Amino acid sequence: MSASTAVPSGRFAARRQRLAEVSSRHRSWSIVVGIAIIGAILPVLANIPPFTLATPTNAWMDGFTNAGVWVLLAIGLNLVVGVAGLLDLGYAAFFAIGAYTYAYVASPFGNSILGIEFVTKVSPDLSGLVFWPMLLVGALVAGMFGILLGAPTLRLRGDYLAIVTLGFGEIVPIVFLNSDAVTNGTNGVGGLARPALPIIGSFSALNPWPYYISMLVLVAVVMMLAYRLVESRLGRAWEAIREDELAAAASGINTVTAKLLAFALGASTAGIAGVFNASKLVTVSPDQFTFIVSFTVLAMVVLGGMGNFWGVAVGAFVIYTINNVLLKVLNQFFDAVSFPILKDIDFIQLQFLLYGLALVAMMLLRPEGLFPNSRRQRELHTQVLEPGADELTTAEATTEEGQR
Amino acid sequence: MTAPNTVATDVVLKLTNVHSYYGAIHALRGIDIEVPRGEIVTLIGANGAGKTTTLRTISGLIHPREGSVELNGKDISKTAAHELVVAGIGHAPEGRRIFSRLTIYENLLMGGFTRTKAENLEQVEHVYGLFPRLRERASQKGGTLSGGEQQMLAIGRALMTRPDVLLLDEPSLGLAPILVQQIFGIIREINSRGMTILLVEQNALQALSIANRGYVLQTGEVVLSGSSRDLRENEMVRKAYLGED
Repeated sequence: MSASTAVPSGRFAARRQRLAEVSSRHRSWSIVVGIAIIGAILPVLANIPPFTLATPTNAWMDGFTNAGVWVLLAIGLNLVVGVAGLLDLGYAAFFAIGAYTYAYVASPFGNSILGIEFVTKVSPDLSGLVFWPMLLVGALVAGMFGILLGAPTLRLRGDYLAIVTLGFGEIVPIVFLNSDAVTNGTNGVGGLARPALPIIGSFSALNPWPYYISMLVLVAVVMMLAYRLVESRLGRAWEAIREDELAAAASGINTVTAKLLAFALGASTAGIAGVFNASKLVTVSPDQFTFIVSFTVLAMVVLGGMGNFWGVAVGAFVIYTINNVLLKVLNQFFDAVSFPILKDIDFIQLQFLLYGLALVAMMLLRPEGLFPNSRRQRELHTQVLEPGADELTTAEATTEEGQR
Repeated sequence: MTAPNTVATDVVLKLTNVHSYYGAIHALRGIDIEVPRGEIVTLIGANGAGKTTTLRTISGLIHPREGSVELNGKDISKTAAHELVVAGIGHAPEGRRIFSRLTIYENLLMGGFTRTKAENLEQVEHVYGLFPRLRERASQKGGTLSGGEQQMLAIGRALMTRPDVLLLDEPSLGLAPILVQQIFGIIREINSRGMTILLVEQNALQALSIANRGYVLQTGEVVLSGSSRDLRENEMVRKAYLGED
């Protein structure tokens, strides 16, 4: 990048600014188009061999929808970790809060706790309609808890923040586990209403398509919002905070509010994912929200490429598929051909070993992730070059000054 | 303990009996400083004297436990840092702290975070006018700049909000002597256009040569103050800070 090519004078800078705005609007629509294309390709893949040999088409579609839940989680965590640079190890807590929020409104048990009669009185075709507004309510409630957790803890930085969020991530499922009277403890809350739409009625476990399409829409909307957010004034503030918090404050950025908002918006994305996941599983229980969930989402963000929304979405999709499909298929394959040694290995049990290896390999070979944010890539790969370049410019500057 | 001839009419910044702490450490022990409008005031002193702490206290990065900081006659000792940027304090922090992965242009815009886009575009031009070097390298990453250029960028970024007073923390730190000259020239230039400057420096000789008045800090206290000329001729200052016998 030569300095002479872009020298924004006043008018020029203004024009460039406007151009950047237009292209950013354009890019947010490209998200919609991209997801529509991916959404059209996946069902085709699920219909052709070798994919059909591994699992029937409907199971694939169901799996893709579940992967979508993780994509949502990864997008949300990316706002917190990748964009604002706040390490959150308890992200599953907000996922849990979203899920339980839906459970209270959409299950007989939850209704009895709230003292309302909703699910029991209304037909499933109607009660499922509540799913749609509940996506928003789940986001709001999770966001509120994000602020509640954030307010006292965001003064902390780095490792300390990570430890506190880790604690929060443990506390939430344990509270759900031990408050038997209001959460039904270990058994969790079951019998949740499935989502419904006016003409097609209640979604069914047998037909994965309505879930699949709703998930596509949800991912497109959330990704577009997240993208627009990062391009906004607030996104700039996050970026500055990630780069240098003190300099950000000295530039007039309210770092506390900006960090709180990152936390809250990340949390509300997890809340949306929680509502969706609960409505699909039709049951919520504390064991769905262990540390492994937080860790998995973080791994998705890191492997996919922190800061880049497409990157983390792909990361989430790939890791989910490896976890839930590839390992199973590997087992079946090596059993079928009765390959020595490998046929005796249960790959699903080795899941976390493989994770660990993948993460280590990734950090050594490509620390910026599969599809990195351009800025982060620069940070991690120019370090070798920079000192030399810096010396050069300094030397050059000095001699130039000397000649004057 | 104010400077003898400080019956200055228009004081931009006034610190009265300021005590600041880092946890239990008593870093500032009752500091009184006045910065008259349009002047360059310098704080000199050895490492650990409290110079940077004073600036951080003024810009709200830490809050004094006792005493008052007044900006244009209004107490700001409890105001948050980001609000002080709006109120009129521009801080180029120690070690420059530019956003190394943003371009120079983006760095400047970040400095004008509290201003409108139109104001920023105008002010960017003003900064480019002061530092033509920054215009040449507008699309280059901050981290690729040399030390002197980074310092220019840090000052430029602090100027983006059109502050009433500019706080400069060791602008000559780690720069080649020739660049130090240049930076001090720029500071004087900015001042000549009407900017009030509070300058913290270890390079006492340079600082006193461009400042109107100075304060000498030692272990969190002002031990000496007065016009630059008086300080330059002061026996103690000459021995301790100017390296003369």
